Amino acid sequence: MTHPLVVTLDRRSAPRTIFSGDRLIEVDMPVGTRVIYPKPPLAPLKDVDAAIRYALNHPYGTDPLHAKLRPGMKVVIAIDDISLPLPPMRRPDVRERVLTIVLELLADHGVDDVTMIIATSVHRRMTSNEIRHIVGDKIHAAYYPARLYNHDAEDPKGMKEVGTTEQGEVVELNKKAVESDLLIYVNLNLVPMDGGHKSVAVGLCGYRSLRAHHNPQTMRNCHSYMDPTTSALATSVDRMGKLTNKHLNVFTIETTVNNRMFDKPLEFLHKNEDDLTNGEKTALKALTFTLSKLPQQARQAIFQKVPSPYGVTGVFAGDTEAVHPHTLAKCYEQYAIPVKGQCDVLVTGIPYISPYNVNSFLNPLLVSVMAEGYLFNLYRNAPLVKKGGTMIICHPCTDQFDKEHHAPYIEFVHNLLPETRDALELHKRYEHKFASNPAFIQMFRTGHAYHPSHPFFMWYWGEAGRQHLGRVIVVGADNEYIPKLLGYETAKSMQEALDMAKDTAPSRTPDITMLHMPPILMADVSV
Amino acid sequence: MAASYFDVDGTLLRTNLLHPTVFYLLNQQTPLQSAGKILRAALMAPRMALAEMQDRRVFNELLFSTYEGISEDRLLLLADEAFDTVIKRSLYPNAKDLVQRCRDEGQAVVIVSGALDFLMKRLADHLGATDVIANRLEIKDGFATGRLLRPVVAGPEKAKLIRDHARAHGHDLDDCFAYSDSYSDVPMLSVVGHPAAVNPDAKLARLAAAYHWPVLTLDGPR
Repeated sequence: MTHPLVVTLDRRSAPRTIFSGDRLIEVDMPVGTRVIYPKPPLAPLKDVDAAIRYALNHPYGTDPLHAKLRPGMKVVIAIDDISLPLPPMRRPDVRERVLTIVLELLADHGVDDVTMIIATSVHRRMTSNEIRHIVGDKIHAAYYPARLYNHDAEDPKGMKEVGTTEQGEVVELNKKAVESDLLIYVNLNLVPMDGGHKSVAVGLCGYRSLRAHHNPQTMRNCHSYMDPTTSALATSVDRMGKLTNKHLNVFTIETTVNNRMFDKPLEFLHKNEDDLTNGEKTALKALTFTLSKLPQQARQAIFQKVPSPYGVTGVFAGDTEAVHPHTLAKCYEQYAIPVKGQCDVLVTGIPYISPYNVNSFLNPLLVSVMAEGYLFNLYRNAPLVKKGGTMIICHPCTDQFDKEHHAPYIEFVHNLLPETRDALELHKRYEHKFASNPAFIQMFRTGHAYHPSHPFFMWYWGEAGRQHLGRVIVVGADNEYIPKLLGYETAKSMQEALDMAKDTAPSRTPDITMLHMPPILMADVSV
Repeated sequence: MAASYFDVDGTLLRTNLLHPTVFYLLNQQTPLQSAGKILRAALMAPRMALAEMQDRRVFNELLFSTYEGISEDRLLLLADEAFDTVIKRSLYPNAKDLVQRCRDEGQAVVIVSGALDFLMKRLADHLGATDVIANRLEIKDGFATGRLLRPVVAGPEKAKLIRDHARAHGHDLDDCFAYSDSYSDVPMLSVVGHPAAVNPDAKLARLAAAYHWPVLTLDGPR
């Protein structure tokens, strides 16, 4: 029997409304199309602070946090950056709640040498206001910037080599964290690829360590990113994390949230269009119309400036490897939907957000990250689409970038992609030189730009999808140039895209599946 | 091998050409001589302001004409002190790191400045830069004439000097970097493959945005 959130369209079905960037578009899908909807939000914890205290006092696989503390010790608290969750969480962010309780505990035990580091890895530095949003006013006022700051992966004096794994992966991490007596990691786990060993071994590392796994070959061997048991990326990170935890005293705190991305007035965006009330139908039409008329900056403001009312669904603490299975279980409980069989054509809108454009525009490279990277990879067992099948995406693919955050992306897209789209070639010929560009490194260190290695990593992010898919067709592109650079074909309408896809479909009678998201969902595909 | 070409005033330093000049004028052999030099410079100020708006080369020539009559010995004798008190203190906090990173990448680092060569040589030594392209005072009978030797390093001439330097040293300009804060240095930024605006003025910031040039700051994290 099909899961109730896997809906097969019939003659009476209403058109589907999906995101195309920061606009909504209505598409008529053929009869027989399967549409997969996200699960309703899990019930949030009733008393989050109590759950945090319980987790700290009853940790998995290690002593309670209080038993690890002694006066005069050096403690570093590393914190997930604002790339999680998406959009940012309504205050108080769960990290503020965890930090408030942990800092009280540290003070009660005479620990006053405390430094907090935002674990940005090679993401852009967070602004003061973004950090305040995560940690709250009180902690920000007391600690920022002297004892609460962004990790600097390019500070030659600020990184320290921990060792090398048997596979030759160099583990180099933030020196302050390496030299601490206790490293507490405060995580916010949005999707199953977050957390675990990735928190410390990636969040506090730099380009030297990231190269070990953020490369085309490793990415091709991920099936999928969202399933650590079949992800070469997760396997490599685990090896590096195990080595890290041999040398560092790490106490992991992981938290999970539900998928309540939209607040009450927009809650209908979660729902099957056929189940909308008359009021919701009118609201959806009004929203679609309004977004079609508003300028881009206003649309961005509507969706990005309003924090989401996520509910906290779990708090787990203790030894990294003992904690993470509980976190993963909660994530799958929220996202995973059983789906029978693969499709020939996978249709999805590309929304306005990704972890890499908080408070900025989803540029063309991030469109490809969302399509062949994140959305393609939202599966376990087998990809939703058959090998050689087609992915149809809806997005304008506007040639627009945030000139500060994504400065290195601009050069990558406009100077390197015209040379080659081959990830192996980009990796071999261009990555190292580009990643050490002194001007971009300076923008990364003192401005708010992503590290120059990041656009390469983003391109590799789509590698597993690129190897699997036969073609990607864009509906609604406002130009031909960007889709061509990304290796996509374009279609004027969904009907035209479906006709094109049918020509090369692996099956004679192509099956079409649509992902109806955001909010996030995952498919547990049985073949 | 590639090279990085750095403008200095406003790019690596907070100061401009006036600051070391004022230092020299204030440190003449007698207070009376200093007062005379300052008065002369003050009288030229309106012309200099006009020149600054129209032609950076003319501005440089006017400014350095105030050095007329200063002995070469004195220029060099005061150079260390001028460097320590005016230039070194005005370095942006991350200037040395950026130069070092360029060196670590195996690049030649060239100072390209309208300031005087003997001061820029000291700056190059301090930063670890490899070459200096800077203005040179004409010296006759051991005294500055107040004229600059040709070519005057300013505006579009910087671009030509960079081209010449790159050709002489075998650098491919497409692989080279240039850094400046000022719209007047657009020619210099335009000849290299990797231009970057550093603490840019408003006009350069607009141009950098239009051409997607990196815009960076050297005065510490924001």
